Amino acid sequence: MTNHWVDIKNADVILAMGGNAAEAHPCGFKWVTEAKAHNKARLIVVDPRFTRTASVADIYAPIRTGTDIVFLGGVISYLLANDKIQHEYVKNYTDFSFIVREDFGFQNGLYSGYDADTRSYQRSTWDYEMGPDGFVKTDPSLNHPRCVYQLMKQHYARYTPEMVARVCGTPQDKFLQICDMLASTATPTRAMTIMYALGWTQHSVGSQMIRQGAMVQLLLGNIGVAGGGMNALRGHSNIQGLTDLGLMSDLLPGYLNLPGEKMKDYKAYMAAHDFKPLRPNQLSYWQNYDKFFISLMKAWWGDAATADNNWAYDYLPKLDRLYDMLQFVELMNQGKMTGFICQGFNPLGAAPNKAKLNTSLAQLKFLVIMDPLATETSEFWRNFGEHNDVDPAKIQTEVFRLPTNCFAEENGSLTNSSRWLQWHWKGAEPPGEARSDLQIMGEIFTRMRAMYRTDGGAYPDPIVNLSWPYARPNSPTAEELAREYSGKALKDLADPKDPTKVTRKAGEQLAGFAELRNDGSTASGCWIFCGAWGPTGNLMARRDNSDPTGIGQTLNWAFSWPANRRVLYNRASCDPTGKPFNPDRTLVAWNGKAWGGADIPDFKVDEDPTHGMGPFIMNAEGVGRFFARTFMADGPFPEHYEPFETPLSSNPLSPNQPGTLNNPAARVFDDDRKAFGKPDQFPHAATTYRLTEHFHFWTKHVRLNAIIQPQQFVEIGAALGKELGIASGDRVKVSSNRGYIDAVAVVTKRLRALQVDGKTLHHVGIPIHWGFKGLAKPGFLANTLTPFVGDANSQTPEFKSFLVKVEKL
Amino acid sequence: MADMTRRRFLMVTGASLAGSSLALLGFSPTAALAEVREFKLARTTEVRNTCPYCAVACGIIMYGLGDDAKNAKSSIIHIEGDPDHPVNRGTLCPKGAGLIDFIHSPSRLQRPEYRAPGSDKWQPISWDEALGRIAKLMKEDRDANFEAKTADGTTVNRWLTIAMLAASAASNEVGYLTHKVMRSFGTLAFDNQARV
Amino acid sequence: MALQSLDIIRRSATTLPSPEIREPTGGQDVAKLIDTTKCIGCKACQVACMEWNDLRDEIGTNVGQYQNPHDLSDSSWTLMRFAEVENPKGDLEWLIRKDGCMHCADPGCLKACPSPGAIVQYSNGIVDFHEENCIGCGYCVTGCPFDIPRISKKDHKAYKCTLCSDRVAVGLEPACIKSCPTGALVFGTKDDMKQHAAERIEDLKSRGFENAGLYDPAGVGGTHVMYVLHHADQAPLYSGLPQDPHISPNVRLWKGVSKPAALAVMAFTALAGFFHYIRVGPDETDASDEAAAQEMARKQEKAP
Repeated sequence: MTNHWVDIKNADVILAMGGNAAEAHPCGFKWVTEAKAHNKARLIVVDPRFTRTASVADIYAPIRTGTDIVFLGGVISYLLANDKIQHEYVKNYTDFSFIVREDFGFQNGLYSGYDADTRSYQRSTWDYEMGPDGFVKTDPSLNHPRCVYQLMKQHYARYTPEMVARVCGTPQDKFLQICDMLASTATPTRAMTIMYALGWTQHSVGSQMIRQGAMVQLLLGNIGVAGGGMNALRGHSNIQGLTDLGLMSDLLPGYLNLPGEKMKDYKAYMAAHDFKPLRPNQLSYWQNYDKFFISLMKAWWGDAATADNNWAYDYLPKLDRLYDMLQFVELMNQGKMTGFICQGFNPLGAAPNKAKLNTSLAQLKFLVIMDPLATETSEFWRNFGEHNDVDPAKIQTEVFRLPTNCFAEENGSLTNSSRWLQWHWKGAEPPGEARSDLQIMGEIFTRMRAMYRTDGGAYPDPIVNLSWPYARPNSPTAEELAREYSGKALKDLADPKDPTKVTRKAGEQLAGFAELRNDGSTASGCWIFCGAWGPTGNLMARRDNSDPTGIGQTLNWAFSWPANRRVLYNRASCDPTGKPFNPDRTLVAWNGKAWGGADIPDFKVDEDPTHGMGPFIMNAEGVGRFFARTFMADGPFPEHYEPFETPLSSNPLSPNQPGTLNNPAARVFDDDRKAFGKPDQFPHAATTYRLTEHFHFWTKHVRLNAIIQPQQFVEIGAALGKELGIASGDRVKVSSNRGYIDAVAVVTKRLRALQVDGKTLHHVGIPIHWGFKGLAKPGFLANTLTPFVGDANSQTPEFKSFLVKVEKL
Repeated sequence: MADMTRRRFLMVTGASLAGSSLALLGFSPTAALAEVREFKLARTTEVRNTCPYCAVACGIIMYGLGDDAKNAKSSIIHIEGDPDHPVNRGTLCPKGAGLIDFIHSPSRLQRPEYRAPGSDKWQPISWDEALGRIAKLMKEDRDANFEAKTADGTTVNRWLTIAMLAASAASNEVGYLTHKVMRSFGTLAFDNQARV
Repeated sequence: MALQSLDIIRRSATTLPSPEIREPTGGQDVAKLIDTTKCIGCKACQVACMEWNDLRDEIGTNVGQYQNPHDLSDSSWTLMRFAEVENPKGDLEWLIRKDGCMHCADPGCLKACPSPGAIVQYSNGIVDFHEENCIGCGYCVTGCPFDIPRISKKDHKAYKCTLCSDRVAVGLEPACIKSCPTGALVFGTKDDMKQHAAERIEDLKSRGFENAGLYDPAGVGGTHVMYVLHHADQAPLYSGLPQDPHISPNVRLWKGVSKPAALAVMAFTALAGFFHYIRVGPDETDASDEAAAQEMARKQEKAP
């Protein structure tokens, strides 16, 4: 979230699209009902299903799954055509006036630089035109035909209300009514928040859907203001934290990049991360990259990381490609993987195409499960009838199942959607012999280190030299680790302005990332968390909930990264002179000498606003980008492509271009492409989702939740039910080209038949929560049906749009 | 009345006779019986925690058996929302409100288990044996498949034959330690639930 | 305000007058307000209710609807009921109502109950069942205009929502109220709840719900559980909520007879059961059940 849960109460308009907050995040959704009750806010829901969020909405519009880019493109087109934009905001705080290179182009659904063989773009033309002064050329009059404003207007001219109705199946009157409500927030004193979740991420064009939501918000001046923002409602309790800590194939903690093998050495790596400002007097805060990186390397390798060995740069593995979950399951399937460790993760149910998971796991030599619960993955080798029809005798994988504690049995912190790190305390011992993940990881590491110390082996250096200063080496404590990722001074730190003054003594915890140095004198395992455990102690454990301004800014509750800031980009809530756009909801303001207010300013604190520094200080431009330059794999503007399983035979936005039906830059493995189904066999659009009564595959083990939603079901619309002779309570078989499930039918008016491209289309809703383990009635893992393909940028599986056939049993 | 059974008939008549003699005297049952249920949390120990499900991160209070005295072994007997928490203000969703049954789920794993190749069942294994065997398997594979340099001589120092999925419900401290350990091994096939 | 015998203003099948000496100030006349227009049907209240009251209903089946369990039971004292309704504009409305005891000011269950002290009403408005006095006759079911009490198959006693009388007794809100994520459930004095409802109704009217209103039915003397409805003129849209509930005339009639002569009621209870037995015959019970029941009846006979 750019903003935070409580801040939603400040919104005037709330768009819930690509998410179902009332069901998936009920207690956060409370702030929507507060905004409605006390701020006269209007709630808009756009979703293929009339959800429990829609049940309390002021307006609901149906949309065909996977077509949100057409809808939002239509919104952008409407806002531009009707001049419903926040002029002062877009003029000063976005790239509207920036001029794009002459060789950039877009035609028939493809951007310049496409290579069909590699299904990827050579992206060098997707950039600005640079002036002789080394800065981007701009045209403040916005007349230049290649300025971002003109290019964007032209790009979305095709996204008409008629096109929206034709592709999305959304009735035009509903679409226009919604456009009008969104447009009402183009004034400086009204704010809209967008709340989204996996309904946007789990598409082959998911990242672009989210970008486009952000573009709408930039046009309306809703980023950085109270009650505004792009608010990702994250699914797991610490998914924000694990993302922040970089637990992905290509990241390091704090959104630093793991080097790729193309960067031949440390120098090249640093050169690629210099983040030189693209406009005069811009902060471009990522210029401090080396401080963050070197402090990380000092936290990990301590004295073994020196200036002479480039801070142990060689200790880091180098990427030749992404190794996201889909990629490594593919490698397992090809027999190229030996071992697999699943820590609190149930991929047999959570990755797409269960059959592929079954064959992939069966090719492993060993599988290690660390979990508090008996997951399906841990018993993938066991026969559970048609729910898991395997022959154990043919599966040679050794499986270790290690019991872990649960939340109630440990100390530690979790980072929520609002970016708050909150400490929690242990209330009881874990059952039986269960142990903490910290101890298990500690035991595995210390055993490996002992063997490498004694016996040697392949490149032992990063292992034997790993900094391991924990009092009990086989079981580090949460407190030790929290202090480590927050960071400390390794030497006495002198004030840069007055070298005789020591600002931080060696060994002291640091107050924030501004204290980090690039000379090896500081260590911080995750720079954005720096200060969470500062010189005064553990700020994550703070419990002062006072809100002195009444707008929901509880600055002394826990710790919010970065720098305890609660609303990102809050400088943009003020006009160029530093006066709040909306004095009733002031976050920060310029008092003539400094920035301050109800939040920690997201800006250089003593920067006079008249000097032209932009509010988006992490961007080298200093402003918000409509034009993504080279940062997206599939184009600088979001463009609609159909899901990989689509009921349409051509893309209505680029009808005459082969190869643009689906995202041309998405990675598809050969076997998986063969497993895609076609609409003649699988005529219904399906989507998978959570129900409010359950959490993923956990709560089927929880008796209270099993009671309130006991058995697997699928939802089908009343029209489809009538067509197929299916009544509520009947059993139905739902099949895709990859497998089938059977379940109870819930026939409902909440799934409306849509008119799409001149034909009637039915949606089928498939909740995910059942499986062959637990207390709820046994059922099929819903991923039996889903396609193995991901978003072109994030590789998030396309769980939200695929094709099925429904039959009565 | 419609579904009165023989057993209930007997119980009803018995109870009726018992009740009727009281009623004749105009008494009701003893005062003690007329009082409400005792408040069950009066002397439990309260511990603050965070709901482990979604990323709203509601504050919860866990009520433990006993007063935390040395000889009292705590067991969580009740969980409800933390009214001081700025986001949930004491509320909980149906998952959070049912957390007590997660802690005490019959599906909670109790001890390490091992499934041998081709077997159709679990067998017990000690922690020491399990961790020793896992570390041995990992080292053997790392030593066999570690890639120090590419064909063109670029140093890459990676281990591509092992994969790890980390837990998005694990704490920052677990995530941080897991990342640190796995990267020190040279692991690249590394992911978490960010996408699911 | 610990609830004990001095706070009981009415007791089933009892002739003596209730204690009247206490004069409570503030927070005594309590009410739960259920705002159906804020309710997202998440069932947190169902779970919180089971959790607090140490109840676990069966893990059942899905019969083609969101509503689970399918009905109120001895272990499900509250339940979300879901209704899909198309309004005259052609838009869908998903009307979700939390069902459960209404805690009537004039409780039909209490009036119908023949067993002394099995049903009581506290001065704060809570109507509570004291199962140790319950004889399982089911008259409370007949007496209730909202079809709330359920007779347990395990112990043949009547159960329903207590409004968490144990929590309210120590000054806490009921468990369902505390859990409700969206504030669709609110708890306080009845006056405060009416005022809160009035504010909600004004907001709803501004959103086009012209007939939004408060449900506090006069036919049962008003209730200590009230609803805000978008369509107060069409209560039955909400899964059959009665528009104008009354206590059954039969209950009123025989309640009049029973009050001075509880023994007659007892005899009637026994006879009714006996006739039922003669007419329908015994259900299947095994020998141990039978023995246990005999023993129980014998003990209870001797008890006083």
